[in-house]
Amino acid sequence: MSKQVPIVDYLVLDGPPYLEANECSECSARFFDRRNACASCGGTNFERNPISNEAVLTSFSIVHRAAPSVPVPFVSAIVQTGDGTTVRSNVVGLEDPMDAELGMNLILTTYSCGIDDDGKECIAFGYEPV
Amino acid sequence: MNDDSIWIIGASMTKFARYENQDAVDLASTASLEAMTDAGVSIHDMDVLAAGTLFQASTSMGQRIQKQIGQTGIPVYNVSNACATGATAIRTVYLSIKAGEADMGIAIGVEQMGKMGLLSGATKSDRKVFEPSGRYGAVMGVDGFLGTETMPGVFAQAGMQYAYENDGVGFEQFARVAYKNHKHSTLNPLAQYQKEFSMEEVMAAPVQSYPNTLLMCCPTGDGAAAVILVSEEKLRSLPTATQKRAVKISASVLTSDPYVESGQVQPDVNTLTRNAAAQAYEMAGLGPEDLDLVELHDCFATAELIHYDNLGLCEPGGAGDFIDSGKPFRDGSMPVNVSGGLISKGHPIGATGVANVFEVATHLRGEAGDRQIEGAKVGLAHVIGLGSSCGIHILEKAS
Repeated sequence: MSKQVPIVDYLVLDGPPYLEANECSECSARFFDRRNACASCGGTNFERNPISNEAVLTSFSIVHRAAPSVPVPFVSAIVQTGDGTTVRSNVVGLEDPMDAELGMNLILTTYSCGIDDDGKECIAFGYEPV
Repeated sequence: MNDDSIWIIGASMTKFARYENQDAVDLASTASLEAMTDAGVSIHDMDVLAAGTLFQASTSMGQRIQKQIGQTGIPVYNVSNACATGATAIRTVYLSIKAGEADMGIAIGVEQMGKMGLLSGATKSDRKVFEPSGRYGAVMGVDGFLGTETMPGVFAQAGMQYAYENDGVGFEQFARVAYKNHKHSTLNPLAQYQKEFSMEEVMAAPVQSYPNTLLMCCPTGDGAAAVILVSEEKLRSLPTATQKRAVKISASVLTSDPYVESGQVQPDVNTLTRNAAAQAYEMAGLGPEDLDLVELHDCFATAELIHYDNLGLCEPGGAGDFIDSGKPFRDGSMPVNVSGGLISKGHPIGATGVANVFEVATHLRGEAGDRQIEGAKVGLAHVIGLGSSCGIHILEKAS
């Protein structure tokens, strides 16, 4: 089995996949990127905490025009997870992109998004209808 | 204008070197946090932020720094002036305090001219290798996999969020905005496009990022605009003819996006607009009901619709009804984008914010020709820059 790497470092792949955020120890604001301080309260201490895999679709767009290497159309999604975190990804597993519906219930899923010259497989995450 | 001196109470600099494991925002954040600690203050004490950088001048550096040290919604000025960039950043904060608009501000200067990015030890090779880099440890470009960050998509999502939260908003309402602006542009000889399209044509145009079709997106293009500003005292010394055509700036406001939970994945263009509008109406001593015309930032039809709500032009949640009612058409009670808006007039980015002030001023002077809004006395001009910034000006006719 080829080595797998997550597309971004906030996707955790050891075991059942889930997302992990930097959570501010002062105010619990969650961030996916490397932090200098908390954008909400200015605190400088963070803990890594998991994020719920269940989500609701709160906004989306069906993208038809993108860079040449990007397969279109795809459904860009803004979702709200069960524990109140907003995540951006794609809705996957739809027969027709127009089947996407505001308010639909989704669950985190993963899929392969490429293999590099060393045989490492990139794993991306998306959300599929429940 | 106060004559008191302006003082420096905190200062810091990083060692200058070639940093392979830090990006420009890291360096700027370090210097900013240390300067504020030196002064015994925090980001919450700042009324204004100026960020000077040259090679990354178009990347909203000030807002990128805020997103690492504290998003408090204060006005952000991103400045560049070649090697005089840093002094220009200081001048900007100095002027803001001197004008009485700020009591305390932070001026930051940053540059990264060495190797860019994190963990970038390897030089370019022909091999495709998945190695984590950047603030998200990404191994490849994520656009298209983890949603979209392209403009038509971001603004489509902003509109769809409004549709999720409010009734009466869908593809047809968004399309009607573009129909209106294309129709308006036929009267504006300065518009990049001056052609009317039917609703069917707008909705059937090639989809860029649903629900935005090609005719619902602003074009790229070229252009410029300029305005001359003068103090009240200076105005009274100028010829009567000049004084008669003068247009008063009743409000001039700039905000940035305060922290919201969802802001890190989808730019929030609502909160900072609402904040800017509230400040502008208060500064001008009037409300949206007093406006005779509005030129707002319709980079995409979905954007205009949500700004009806953000600027208080319609009932809260009522932007769908508002466009369907005809009120923002040029013959309605609240004409919006009679110039044709960004969608049809065009959007040469740096020019737009000055061009829409030109448009409003021209109507207030009674000089807008075929597209004149009769009797216009008060107008509002609004722009948004992603990153983000919102600039609002309210103008009033000389009485």
